[in-house]
Amino acid sequence: MTTTGMDANAKRTLARQFIEAIPHSRALAMHLDEIEDGRAQISMPWDERLVGDPRTGVIHGGAVSALMDTCCGAAVMSHPEAPAGTATIDLRIDYMRAAVPGQRITARAHVYHITRTVAFLRAEAHDETSLADGGLPVATATGAFTVERPAAKGGAQ
Amino acid sequence: MSRPRPEPVQIVKERRDAALRLLTGNVPYIRFLGIEFDRRGDELTAVLPFDEKLIGNPLLPALHGGVTAAFLEVAAIVELSWSMLWEDIEAGRIDPRALTPETLPRLPKTIDFTVDYLRSGLPRDGYARARVNRSGRRYASVHVEAWQDNRARPFAQATGHFLMPAPEPAPDQPRNG
Repeated sequence: MTTTGMDANAKRTLARQFIEAIPHSRALAMHLDEIEDGRAQISMPWDERLVGDPRTGVIHGGAVSALMDTCCGAAVMSHPEAPAGTATIDLRIDYMRAAVPGQRITARAHVYHITRTVAFLRAEAHDETSLADGGLPVATATGAFTVERPAAKGGAQ
Repeated sequence: MSRPRPEPVQIVKERRDAALRLLTGNVPYIRFLGIEFDRRGDELTAVLPFDEKLIGNPLLPALHGGVTAAFLEVAAIVELSWSMLWEDIEAGRIDPRALTPETLPRLPKTIDFTVDYLRSGLPRDGYARARVNRSGRRYASVHVEAWQDNRARPFAQATGHFLMPAPEPAPDQPRNG
């Protein structure tokens, strides 16, 4: 399955290296599980340092946001139209329930529409329970991301 | 027509600072991001000191969008909790020196949070202030803005809705509204 001449494996390796080179993704121990054609799946382990409510051990919503944002960005970068770069314009997160303490969080994002300039995304985040049984996600997100095009040949800017 | 003598300033400050530490000091994620709070009276400014691990784009370099979102969310939820706690403390209903992390009133829960990214976050300290636009019995709406060098040029803003903690039942008191 080739989109731009590079095979899927090589592209995936490149994407994984790219994500894992981001200092904040590294700090959260994010792992790129899947990436292909405008879809991405990234997961991170539960970590005591990410807890938002010490009484329950539930992970802070902000850490889930960071995972979803990274996953959405990766999905945009993997789109067959191959944007040269992307940045978040806006991201809305709906928190449906508390993530089960101790469980790995997995985000899945997909580009459901892309124009010359903007990519529209939907994403969801699961703990191990809902990932296994397809139940209610921990959170869902919708976002708009920029689509940065490579500079035109010979043109300024 | 004498009024009670005001408490010494140091006592008042100590009590308020104790309450703030109680709200923010025990949350591992706030410590992980390194967020601090600057208090002037009841006004809070969240401070995010720059750290290498907050970077999301090493080429620019720029803060991670998720860090920005998390910073705004922490600032919003602490402001909302603080504004609830403040009234109880100032009215003398709660003495923060007697509170422990276990007896602290429950914190509001985020229902949804929408972040508007205005420009990329630079590799330097960030600041945020939140404003509680509505705080009802069950729901609250909070707006928050973050900036770096220039207060008039925010790099991100957000609006969030929060579910207020259920009030502790007070059996002998009539419920009003």
